[in-house]
Amino acid sequence: MAAAAPRPGGGRRTVFWNDPRVRAIFAQTVVLLLVIAGVAYLVNNTIANRERLGVASGFDFLRQVAGFDISQTLIDYDRTFSYGRAFVVGLINTFYVAVVGIVLATVIGFLMGVARLSSNWLVAKVADAYVEIVRNIPLLLQLIVWYFVVLAGLPAPRESIALGEGAFLNIRGLFLPKPVFGEGTAIFLAAVGLAVIAVIVLGRWARRRFEATGQPFPVFWTALAILLAVPALGYLLAGMPISFEYPKLGKFRISGGLVMLPEFMAMVAGLSIYTGAFIAEIVRAGILAIPKGQWEAAQALGLSRGQTLRLIIIPQALRVIIPPQTSQYLNLTKNSSLGVAIAYPDFFNVAGTINNQTGQAVEVIAITMAVYLSLSLTISAFMNWYNARMALVER
Amino acid sequence: MAVRQQTAAARVQPPITERVTVLAWLKHNLFSTWYNSLLTILVGYLLYLVLVPFFRWAVLDATIAGDSKAACSFGGACWTLVKVRLGQYVYGLYPEDQRWRVNLALVIAALAMVPLFLERFRHRLTYAVGLVVIYPIVGYALFYGGWMGLPVVETSRWGGLFLTLVIAGVGITASLPLGILLALGRRSEMPVIRSLCVAFIELVRGVPLVTILFMASVMLPLFLPAGVNFDKLMRALVGVALFSAAYMAEVIRGGLQAIPKGQYEAAMALGLGYWQMTGLVILPQALRMVIPGIVNTFIGLFKDTSLVTIIGLFDLLGMAKLIVTDPQWLGLAAESYIFAAFGFWIFCFAMSRYSQHVERRLSAGERR
Repeated sequence: MAAAAPRPGGGRRTVFWNDPRVRAIFAQTVVLLLVIAGVAYLVNNTIANRERLGVASGFDFLRQVAGFDISQTLIDYDRTFSYGRAFVVGLINTFYVAVVGIVLATVIGFLMGVARLSSNWLVAKVADAYVEIVRNIPLLLQLIVWYFVVLAGLPAPRESIALGEGAFLNIRGLFLPKPVFGEGTAIFLAAVGLAVIAVIVLGRWARRRFEATGQPFPVFWTALAILLAVPALGYLLAGMPISFEYPKLGKFRISGGLVMLPEFMAMVAGLSIYTGAFIAEIVRAGILAIPKGQWEAAQALGLSRGQTLRLIIIPQALRVIIPPQTSQYLNLTKNSSLGVAIAYPDFFNVAGTINNQTGQAVEVIAITMAVYLSLSLTISAFMNWYNARMALVER
Repeated sequence: MAVRQQTAAARVQPPITERVTVLAWLKHNLFSTWYNSLLTILVGYLLYLVLVPFFRWAVLDATIAGDSKAACSFGGACWTLVKVRLGQYVYGLYPEDQRWRVNLALVIAALAMVPLFLERFRHRLTYAVGLVVIYPIVGYALFYGGWMGLPVVETSRWGGLFLTLVIAGVGITASLPLGILLALGRRSEMPVIRSLCVAFIELVRGVPLVTILFMASVMLPLFLPAGVNFDKLMRALVGVALFSAAYMAEVIRGGLQAIPKGQYEAAMALGLGYWQMTGLVILPQALRMVIPGIVNTFIGLFKDTSLVTIIGLFDLLGMAKLIVTDPQWLGLAAESYIFAAFGFWIFCFAMSRYSQHVERRLSAGERR
């Protein structure tokens, strides 16, 4: 009769609908079927709606003539180019504003983050006020204020504000001298490349020497000297190939030179000041995360304040700073799509115009989403790589 | 720049005489070294350059009297605009004689939320869930009307701060439960559910909110069968809720990951099922841990509501923009936007202070 006794540890045999594995398979099947059914329903509706509205489908429209102008084009473009080209122009404009914005936001953020920790009461309070005000006002509102209030208050072309030699600021934008690359530019560029390579080699050598003998080498100043002297020498040897085309102040308009549109300036100002406030917080938190013992140990070793910051604190703080910094860069890039509110021709703005003209909403949205997704993935991949380089190497 | 390290070190051993004179304070905090003095003078001068003209414009030379632009003298700010149009900043184009309905709903909301802050009230969670389900129905009935003789007010007339609060409120209440489900799904052991959640979260987080709002307003009509039409506000609400749910999910996942494995094992050893374990053991700890992150997401959401301006709704920013275009009040963009900015700032600043307060209280508990 031993067979009738309950098996030790086994308990009753579970009924099959109580088996977690069966349940998991069942739940997943149901969810999957629901999702497939939902998607099929939406796709079906979409196809029916598009047939009813007579909208073309497919990506053939990319080759059609766009027929609209874009106010800022960094590559050749006018209204006779294709929709595909217009997308590329918009994408380049997004890149342009994002890169300039990221650089400025990083500079502002680091300055303000360190300023918030300053022992100078006034400096710390000003930085505090900056962060608390800017962080708590929507970016869109700030962009609108920059564009419609601050930059709209600039003078007309005739009363342009002159900023030194050959640079003007007025309601049409910021006009700067435009470099013209003449013959022999290649020699100059080669000199620049040479200088960069020399600096990298020098850095490696100095590091190896430092690790082998403990003797430091003034890398920064030497590198600066090389970076300035070699290109300058190349420039002279090539016979000064680069000249500047200055903007000319006409009666109604300014011709020539390099133009930064007010839309672009408003975007850069808004994005970098807004993101800078978040970066300042990240930098402050990063520096505060370094234990006090690190400062004291550095002091005990006889390092100066600057050396302590440069050699001990910042390398460690960067580890804390980089991951949240990445998401700020991502946010800035995504936020550049708000350019649509102030007529900056970024990718989203161009896509909106194309959608209005062709009516192919599904394709346009698909392209838009794909572009922003790949932008996000690219930035986070790059920052992950950088983060891995900076991360703590443990034995 | 000097970092506040010495002051921290000095705090360990307080000076024998605690009497701090003004001069000593100045010397210590503003003029401790030559470069600090230089910095103080430079920053002070810049502040003087910016703040004095602004103060003169915004306060000294400003006008608030009168009820038309003619009352404003040149040079100063014309707050008369804000005074005259205050109702529109707050209620949008909601009919003036019906505004009491909005006020009533706000009062009900404030009163209904009181028990949530009573520490002694035991059933706060049940109450909160009930509130989240019932209040939107009450609010919608009051705002939209169409019953008991209340005239219907179309959603296209909702606007101003009121609309901002409606969108933010709906976004907040919808994104929290959705975010919890997504976060749990992302950590689920079932591959299908996990990949669906990961795909949704990463897709939404990878694109800007504008594209989602745009998609909601352009694509939704395409997705639905002919004849079915959603209200513009409803589409924006769906977009905002889905967007913030994805961000909320990532914040909550952080909390879930911080729960030690032992908690799961102990709950299972007690014989709790998945939902009991999650609801009674894991989530209460995980959510408490990420309250600051949740509030920060709320702040982001509150600011992001301003993007509905782009798809043609008139929230606080949209109203400020609309009022600027009024031919009777041309040229007063600065006043209008500054007022709107102040409105947003108050709410976001209050929320961030609250989050800092909670953070301090939580870390105080951990310090023992």
